[in-house]
Amino acid sequence: MGVKNLKIGPLLLIVVALLVPFILRDEYFIHLLINAGLFYILVAGLNLLVGYLGKLSLGHTAFLGIGAYTTALLSVKLQAPFLATLAGSIVISLILSILFGIIVLRLRGPYFVIVSMCFAEVLAIVATNWVSLTNGPMGLPGVEPPRFFGYYLESKVAFYYLMVAIVIISTYIIYRLIHSVIGRASISLRENENLAESVGVSAFRYGMIIFVAASVLAGVAGCFYAHYVSYVNPEVFGFIYMITMLVMLVTGGKGTIAGPFFGCILFTVLPEALRVAKDYRDPIFGIILIVVAIFLPQGIAGLFQKGMARLKGKTTE
Amino acid sequence: MSESSEENSMTAEIVQQLVNGLIIGATYGLMAVGLTMIFGMMDVINFAHGELYMLGGVFAYYLASLLGINFFGSIALAVVLVMVVGLIFDQLVLRKLRNEPTLITILVTIGLSIFLQSTVMLFWGPSPQSIPSPFSSKAIQIGFIFLTPFKIFMAVITVAVIFGLHLLIQKTTLGKSMRAVFQEKESAAIVGIDINRVYAINFALGSGLAALAGALLGTLFVVYPNMGLIAVVKAFLIVIMGGMGNFLGAIFGALLLGVVESMAAGFISSSYKDLFGLLIVMILLVVRPYGLFGRKI
Repeated sequence: MGVKNLKIGPLLLIVVALLVPFILRDEYFIHLLINAGLFYILVAGLNLLVGYLGKLSLGHTAFLGIGAYTTALLSVKLQAPFLATLAGSIVISLILSILFGIIVLRLRGPYFVIVSMCFAEVLAIVATNWVSLTNGPMGLPGVEPPRFFGYYLESKVAFYYLMVAIVIISTYIIYRLIHSVIGRASISLRENENLAESVGVSAFRYGMIIFVAASVLAGVAGCFYAHYVSYVNPEVFGFIYMITMLVMLVTGGKGTIAGPFFGCILFTVLPEALRVAKDYRDPIFGIILIVVAIFLPQGIAGLFQKGMARLKGKTTE
Repeated sequence: MSESSEENSMTAEIVQQLVNGLIIGATYGLMAVGLTMIFGMMDVINFAHGELYMLGGVFAYYLASLLGINFFGSIALAVVLVMVVGLIFDQLVLRKLRNEPTLITILVTIGLSIFLQSTVMLFWGPSPQSIPSPFSSKAIQIGFIFLTPFKIFMAVITVAVIFGLHLLIQKTTLGKSMRAVFQEKESAAIVGIDINRVYAINFALGSGLAALAGALLGTLFVVYPNMGLIAVVKAFLIVIMGGMGNFLGAIFGALLLGVVESMAAGFISSSYKDLFGLLIVMILLVVRPYGLFGRKI
């Protein structure tokens, strides 16, 4: 019974996601959902690091930027099709995450947090100053829409379905990952690194797998971003995106599969629904982060689980 | 003959950059010492440190240019105001989280950072301003190097403040209780030290140091709402180089970073100057994952 219940939920979600463009023909709403999906891929990757491995990375935008710049360069300079830009983004973020992982994964606690943040900063400086390659602060305009065998995906709805596909695939990969030995190993590292290492769980090895997975997901998000916005500049490395991801993750609930979903939907759709002036968005984000971190450290997903547990407790009594 | 004069001017240039770097580095030191004090004693990685630095500059600008308060008075008042902000934040928020894991306090200080930065942006707008100062911009020649009077003032103030802080920590009763809490907080509480009070003072002191750095560098360069981000990154790098919680290490790291940046800007490329510090720390951490003077945690 339990297993069946588990599988009905996601299936229902997929059906709803596929039907959305038929029910709501509002282009702007579709655009918001695409944004939510983009953030979901980033936040779900960040969740692997923060929620399952217990390492707070503030450099996740580095790989968003790496994916976006790789795609933009391949598309603008070589007119590469989507599968090539996607493969390029994956390979480059894979290589760079391994290299960077060798440096940071030996660091613990605050050292990891700060050096990861510096990495994004280094890339932002390079992207701003290496004008001959990146066009500097002006950025790279004119990234083509995704091209599959000569056909362009140009409409909002086409982008939406591409995004849904990426979301489903990444969620499946993440699900398999955290329910494997790797997931259990990283949770044990999160709970107590010294103890886990003493029974033979290599912090470096499992940390590296999780770090590379999270970074490659961010690289894929960057690839999609570049095609969707058709323009990339050094602002992709911006700390504000990092903050937005963190707010989404913490509010949604870190260390759960559903948490990133809640967070991303909430913080892309809600501000629009409430018509919050853009100027006030960031101060409100700051306050939310403080309040949630203090009073609701397990996020919405945690609240949900507690509610379910209480409900179940009552029915069995 | 021409060769030796070229050599002389080269040496002069190097000494000039060295002195510039030391002066800028000393102000970085103010920030880094505050950060390392807060981390060392309270285990709080204060991501809002850059915004406290920015607030120092912003308050000093408003006090000096809008209220017309004397330059020195506005810097002093700005520092006090930021210390009050720090005190309020510590008592209102951090006090509730004394026994929580570091991740929670990191998130909370990031929240404060984004709140302060974006709120100041609402009032200030994006354009940078310089704090008006009474110092002449004409450089004075000392030996074969040139320094503006303000840079000399900066150097004097910074050294005086760091020395004063050293005396406070080493010679006063308050300093003694601070050191006690730093070493072993439970035992300190047992012998009757009010830990909450020491934490609050410590956080306020750290905030004040950041604010002073912001007011000084905001006069030398410019003040703007986002100035805290790169500053906090640098302060963190310094603290990492020196080992987290290490007072002397922070000062040493700050001077080193100041000199490296100044040399890089003078002899290699000024647009990449921020990159060198970052790269040096990354390389350092590959060799020594706990900093130059850090111990394994």
